[in-house]
Amino acid sequence: MGLKGKDLLGIRELETDEIGLILDTAESLKEVSSRDIKKVPALRGKTVVNLFFEPSTRTRTSFELAAKRLSADLLNISVATSSVVKGETLFDTAKNLEAMMADIIVVRHSSSGAPDRLARRLKSSVINAGDGSHEHPTQALTDLYTIRERKGGLSGLIVTMVGDIAHSRVARSNIYALVKMGADVRVAGPPTMIPAGIDKLGVRVYYDLDEALSGADVVMMLRLQLERQGKALFPSIREYSRLYGLNKERLRFAKKDALVMHPGPVNRGVEITSDLADGASSVIMEQVTNGIAVRMAVIYLLSAGRA
Amino acid sequence: MGILIKGGYLIDGKAKRGEVYDILIEGGKITSIGKDLSPGPDCEHLIDAARKVVIPGLIDMHTHAREPGYEYKENIKSVSEAAAAGGFTTICAMPNTKPVNDNRTVTEFIRSRAREAGIVTLLPIGAITKGSQGVELAEIGELYDAGCLAISDDGRPVMNSEVMRRGMEYARGFDMLVISHCEDANLSLGGVMNEGIISTRLGLHGIPPAAEEVMVARDILLAEYTGCRLHLAHISTAGSVRIIREAKSRGIAVTAETAPHYFTLTEEAVEGYDTNAKVNPPLRTSLDMAAVREGLKDGTIDLIATDHAPHALEEKELEFDQAPFGISGLETALSLTLGLVEDGIFSLDEAILRLTINPARVLGIDKGYLAVGADADIAIIDLDDRWVVDPARFRSKGKNSPFAGWKVKGSVFMTLAGGRIVFSR
Repeated sequence: MGLKGKDLLGIRELETDEIGLILDTAESLKEVSSRDIKKVPALRGKTVVNLFFEPSTRTRTSFELAAKRLSADLLNISVATSSVVKGETLFDTAKNLEAMMADIIVVRHSSSGAPDRLARRLKSSVINAGDGSHEHPTQALTDLYTIRERKGGLSGLIVTMVGDIAHSRVARSNIYALVKMGADVRVAGPPTMIPAGIDKLGVRVYYDLDEALSGADVVMMLRLQLERQGKALFPSIREYSRLYGLNKERLRFAKKDALVMHPGPVNRGVEITSDLADGASSVIMEQVTNGIAVRMAVIYLLSAGRA
Repeated sequence: MGILIKGGYLIDGKAKRGEVYDILIEGGKITSIGKDLSPGPDCEHLIDAARKVVIPGLIDMHTHAREPGYEYKENIKSVSEAAAAGGFTTICAMPNTKPVNDNRTVTEFIRSRAREAGIVTLLPIGAITKGSQGVELAEIGELYDAGCLAISDDGRPVMNSEVMRRGMEYARGFDMLVISHCEDANLSLGGVMNEGIISTRLGLHGIPPAAEEVMVARDILLAEYTGCRLHLAHISTAGSVRIIREAKSRGIAVTAETAPHYFTLTEEAVEGYDTNAKVNPPLRTSLDMAAVREGLKDGTIDLIATDHAPHALEEKELEFDQAPFGISGLETALSLTLGLVEDGIFSLDEAILRLTINPARVLGIDKGYLAVGADADIAIIDLDDRWVVDPARFRSKGKNSPFAGWKVKGSVFMTLAGGRIVFSR
């Protein structure tokens, strides 16, 4: 079996067995990165394009390494500002790439829905590498992989997500993914950062962090976009950190072997203290390593579907 | 000279004639309505309206004609053709052109272009403030002299309550209607769709219903205080309907409109990031839609306007949050309104009133009914005709419709404006 769609746009559209397949495939591909020669010929002759409309280092690099370790040809295109400025639409840009016979287009865009709209128009496979506040499916799959590897499974785990849920694509993708895999998902943050109707996605909402952490198996901290202070979403970094920042004392409310995760980049001392980010509970660097294997799996499976 | 429309079922908008009558038109006016009229020797056209319904030409209080300044989206000729094709014989052009219609020169330009097009009656609406900047009042007296019946800063609501108060007071001196696009620009800032579970799922910035409702409430209070005639544009929420209903029960001179998309679609139309469903105010929930229908039924909402907002294809092809708001609505409004008759919301007569005499009364114009001596602005419609909406066939330059592919019932067979056939299927 393979993936049902030609694209990976979000976790919302994925079925449970597809998520399982991606994680299993990632597991068998992870070993490639630890070899002396970190390459398999699986995708020789295929072209993968990283089309980034928003600056990104780690996601772009992760996709780049993933494609290269599968022997695909890779092209990086960064569009600093929307190409609309040049009078060219998103579709024009993508159609050009398709005309150059790109097999897979990896899209990062600040507008929610941009990869979705592209995918409807293109024959190439589209992978969403993060769109606005919508989804970041490969990050959620990476997080799932990391949790599964450490905890042996996902079903029944209590996962607490903390921070700006409203503006987080990582949160949305993780909520869909974890709920589908049977985890008990909690979200915590100030009410200004909890989006309307989020409970309908099957999560429980907490405004008190200690309560939200109680008995948690996994604590996922989200990056605070500092500029949102000016938009009346929180009064100060000091108060945010005091109410929703994770530190050693707070972590005691969670299970003893709780994992601490963060999609990066970390605002040290804001959403999480440095000692925790670098501490024994932290799997932040494992997330980075696993991200490559998961992205290899996604590229591989979409490419196999096209053959 | 002369046109005879024979055998149509007549809804005249005043005496509620619900029978088959013939109508004789001479010199741009209706000269006779009766049974079995016969064509005179100088009858140019004999129109067979058997099994069709003859109604007053529709009146749209809310049209974006886009000229001057945005002719690539629409111009006065194309919007006039679109209006005629939709059964409209009178349209009101909103002032958010480039330059803004905030002075006599722009008003006169628009009127002269409408005369050149010579298709339907186009009534320009002036701006409340200079450049619709919300700071200084436009020369409202001069706009009135130049032919503006109403003023509005449509799309750029007057945020400063003091300026709005003074605008209303000043307009009262000319008995001009003030039309308010109710939107608190701070509450809606950055928003691109209704705020709720769908915006949460799609990761799109939401516009809460309160962004509309606080301004509905503010403007009603200001109208009550100043005694100005206030008309509220494109009502979309249950809360707004409730506030207006309460205001009317207290006798405040407020009227309201809604647009077909607010009683036909919900926020779910945005799923899949369809930019053609991106409109301001945004499509709301099914509860809001039901309240808007109820408001139309009980008269809280007086009339239906299109908020025809044509855009170029490449603009609607942008990312959802970058694409402009608006729906090209002139050519689907009648069929969608007839959908409410199908759904049992109100009778055919009541539906037609909301597109004809009701807007005429709010505007204070002598149109919207069929009687001897009245302007021969007439639409002949075929209630049983089933058709599929295909924006490619719109007369409007704006093909941006969320109704593409919809199967609808009821179409325009012919439109006459000022006694001339301006559209014929």
